[in-house]
Amino acid sequence: MIDYIWGLLQIDYIWGLLPALFSGLVGTLKIFFITLLLSLPLGILVAAGRVSKIKPLVSVLHLYIWIMRGTPLLLQIVFIFFGLPHVGITIERFLAILIAFVLNYAAYFAEIFRGGIESIDQGQYDAAKVLGFNSVQTFMRIILPQVVKIVFPSVANEIITLVKDTALVYIVGYGELLRAGRIATNRDASLVPLVVVAVFYLAITWILTKIFERIEKKFAYYQ
Amino acid sequence: MVLQVKGLCKSFNGKEVLQNVSFSLKTGEILAIIGRSGSGKTTILRCINNLVRCDRGTIIVDGMVLCKEDEQDGKVVYAKSAEMLQIRKKLGMVFQSFNLFPHMSVLENIIEAPINVFGVSRQEAIELAEKLLEMLDLQDKVSAYPFELSGGQKQRVAIARACALNPLIMCLDEPTSALDPELREGIALTIEKLAAKGMGVLLITHDMVFAKRVAQRVIFMENGQIMAQGSKEEFFNQITNERIKKFMAE
Repeated sequence: MIDYIWGLLQIDYIWGLLPALFSGLVGTLKIFFITLLLSLPLGILVAAGRVSKIKPLVSVLHLYIWIMRGTPLLLQIVFIFFGLPHVGITIERFLAILIAFVLNYAAYFAEIFRGGIESIDQGQYDAAKVLGFNSVQTFMRIILPQVVKIVFPSVANEIITLVKDTALVYIVGYGELLRAGRIATNRDASLVPLVVVAVFYLAITWILTKIFERIEKKFAYYQ
Repeated sequence: MVLQVKGLCKSFNGKEVLQNVSFSLKTGEILAIIGRSGSGKTTILRCINNLVRCDRGTIIVDGMVLCKEDEQDGKVVYAKSAEMLQIRKKLGMVFQSFNLFPHMSVLENIIEAPINVFGVSRQEAIELAEKLLEMLDLQDKVSAYPFELSGGQKQRVAIARACALNPLIMCLDEPTSALDPELREGIALTIEKLAAKGMGVLLITHDMVFAKRVAQRVIFMENGQIMAQGSKEEFFNQITNERIKKFMAE
């Protein structure tokens, strides 16, 4: 009986899939973490530039955000990896992926942060100014800490999307979780690997959701 | 004179908000600028605190030139940033809506600028903050956050924050507007305490009763101009100007 259920669940088969899927997972997590680590600060910088009074900078950033949000991420990866070599710039696969992801996500984060920055009352800037804070201190000590709390739910949402967007790198043949699953599915003519892949994605987003809940609780110390 | 304002002019989009405003403030003096909303009184405070740049005029804070008109082309020249910081240290500002930093505790609100802008040691800043909080009867609110405070408490924190750099001039924008009537006597006493410590207090209000209660000298403004000024006794006992009478009657 137990053997029957064991066989039905295909535990042995799944067990055999795990090494390949885990190595795919490493690829997924590499893209995820490096993108997050670079695009968040870049997004904040872009947002600060967008709300600055330097007109040419504002225009350039506006164009950048328009392009990044106005075209599919898939297309951006293709252009950077396959397109740039045509104009003499050849970029290694993983680096090309990272450039596309970081530029794309920084644009989305920038717009989220810009909304947050613009929601801060002018009185906060006035108070900081009369107390002698310069503009960098005002941004870092007064504005940004408040913005982070305001935008956190939107940023968290975007981070969950990033987990799943990593699957787009199949287009340049980079090894990640979904690709590992698809290879097994094609080889064994079975959907089981893709079910396992779905469970992996769910596990990652579950962990992230728990982390986000904790961070949100930490922000609850003031209103 | 701890503050001198001469010939201050300011327009916004062609509308003259301040027209040739001149006055001065002595050490330890409480001066109230009264007038309707839109009479330009808040703009005066914003010019003195360099939140708004004036079009013409001179502002001198404790002998330091905040801005003055260039002798040759008449353009207004402002103090350089290092000097401006020294001038800011002499000025305290309490906003109408207080503008406390919501993400910082009461203590952090007060010590943030002394430590990070003026290089005061953390311990020294905390000691001064605790003294100020005691003076303002807030000693049990040291680690509270602004959202946990009442309007009157927020105002006193704002005063403590403005006092943390030992300013010579304290500016208050409509100090009674966000307060329940029974708290007005409290803020009047606080303002008197600040003046007794040697600060010049410049307060903006449309509340005649409050001005009468706390001010030593009064300036009445209308349409961006000073219509009348004088000591409290002169001002309230010998009102001859029709428009002031009308304002008082409202």
